Amino acid sequence: MSAAEKTRERRVHRSGRLFASELGLMCGRRRNQVGLATLFALVVLVGVALKVSAMRRPGSRGGDLVSAVAGNGIYLGFAGLTIEIALFLPLAVSVLAGDAVAGEANQGTLRYLLLAPVGRLRLLVVKAGALIVGSVIGAMVVAAGGVLTGVVLFGAGPLISLSGTQLSVADGLWRLALAALYVATGLAALGMIGLFISTLTEQPIAATVATAMVGTLLWVLDAVPQLDWLHPWLLVDRWPAFVDLLREPVFLDRIVAGLGINAAYGAVFFALAWLRFRGKDITS
Amino acid sequence: MSLPPEHEGSEQPELAIASTGLTKRFGRQQVVDDLALAVPSGSVYGFIGPNGSGKTTTIRMLLGLVRPDSGSCALFGKPMPQAAGGVLPRVGALVEGPAFHPYLSGTANLRRLDAADPSSDSATASARIGSALDRVGLRAAAGKRYRAYSLGMRQRLGIAAALLHPRDLLVLDEPTNGLDPQGTREVRHLVAELAAEGTTIFVSSHLLVEVEQLCSHVGVMRSGRLLTQGPLDELRTLTAPRFRLQTPDPAAALGVLATLEVPDAAADADAVTGTLAGLEPERIVAALVAAGVAVRSFTPVTATLEDAFVELTGEGFDVSG
Repeated sequence: MSAAEKTRERRVHRSGRLFASELGLMCGRRRNQVGLATLFALVVLVGVALKVSAMRRPGSRGGDLVSAVAGNGIYLGFAGLTIEIALFLPLAVSVLAGDAVAGEANQGTLRYLLLAPVGRLRLLVVKAGALIVGSVIGAMVVAAGGVLTGVVLFGAGPLISLSGTQLSVADGLWRLALAALYVATGLAALGMIGLFISTLTEQPIAATVATAMVGTLLWVLDAVPQLDWLHPWLLVDRWPAFVDLLREPVFLDRIVAGLGINAAYGAVFFALAWLRFRGKDITS
Repeated sequence: MSLPPEHEGSEQPELAIASTGLTKRFGRQQVVDDLALAVPSGSVYGFIGPNGSGKTTTIRMLLGLVRPDSGSCALFGKPMPQAAGGVLPRVGALVEGPAFHPYLSGTANLRRLDAADPSSDSATASARIGSALDRVGLRAAAGKRYRAYSLGMRQRLGIAAALLHPRDLLVLDEPTNGLDPQGTREVRHLVAELAAEGTTIFVSSHLLVEVEQLCSHVGVMRSGRLLTQGPLDELRTLTAPRFRLQTPDPAAALGVLATLEVPDAAADADAVTGTLAGLEPERIVAALVAAGVAVRSFTPVTATLEDAFVELTGEGFDVSG
């Protein structure tokens, strides 16, 4: 028996090692770090703008976002999610997703991964897992950035729920974390669309742009009243439902439906990515 | 995809690579046409052909990166690409140049590839990566980012990746591309060393000289077809051996050669040449001497691979690309 066969007999299945490598690659990449910093900076910018506005109009107490945040910094976490959910977060996920397969193909590293041999399904699962983690990190950074900025600029205190009852600080932060996770599920579903597109091309930029355009198109369709029959089936339709977590008691109908839609989109597009990738000729 | 009977099971365990009727078409271009490769275990197989003759596409099919339109191939008797997961850990490969993540160091890149192989033991990763880097003389630059590597260093890292495990088969696509003469010599030495350890080596090249120096077997590609394959010496004998005769009296020599029915005897300024055509050299010399022709020297000329190639294709090597 050859030495190589003996080595193979000692095989240790460790997909965790590949997943760690993938996360390291994603998080270690300067471009992604800058993107994350940008998501954070946007919330800080909004916080500063609200602070300036609050200083100009001291004492104004209305039901709007400005006064809510001015009264309690924790609200800025929710405000951050609201502001970035339509464009910036989907854009960030599109960058990650577009790069997933097309980036490796473009660099030529895809062929060496497959020769390792990584296994095509295993690679796709690891890439999808990294996109889910990336989505969670993105949403969490925006929420945490909001809280941090808000608390520094405006201080913290008990929140008033949308139903008018009072929520403790711990309760408010807990709900914000859940809101970020809910947003992340939607982003991850968009990530699966991007993963599928990424298997179609060797150009990561093309895949990123296409994914971002799909996200934007969904928002546009969701805003056209004549298409209201279509809205419940659009991926992004229930993304803003995370504010339901601020009701007392928590209103779950829209969130549960949203999770269902996100999961369905994610599953369908992951399956499409697999169908495309499993027999693809790797000529890069 | 089913395999033809002769490749089922391990009836031909002596073949590291076997293919039958391997065919691939990209769009309207027939890239590989009805290829029947047979690479014996333990051989150093030179896969030669001009640029664009289908070598790399063939290699991609052998390794399961590209699916053939028809035909089949097998590594160690196991069908590809179906058996890729089981067979590829035994195979190290350099395909169409090295490719790594530019912002990772050489070591980090190898670590990632090692993590990608589910049969790899992470406990031994550092030691294996270190010795692979040593083997290609890249240890000193191991911590540098890949983007800072020169072309030759990149090529070495690619070879190091193929050596992360002890392999039964190494597939090296143009391994000396971009290397300086010193590096080329080192790679040649490394290949010889690995072959001596029993690794089967399948090396593609468009450089005849390289193949001639390295290989025990040769397969010649042209326009997607395999013109010939076999042991190097056998290929050389495809070319009729010639001789070179030095004599002060070429005219008389030509007369004698004509009676011996040497088909293409010809005289130039300083020698008479011709094809041996089944005649033993001693018979020719004896006939010349018997006829009173002075013989200063008589040299049988073994054909070079290049001669053989020209004979095979009817033209030079690097003609059509």
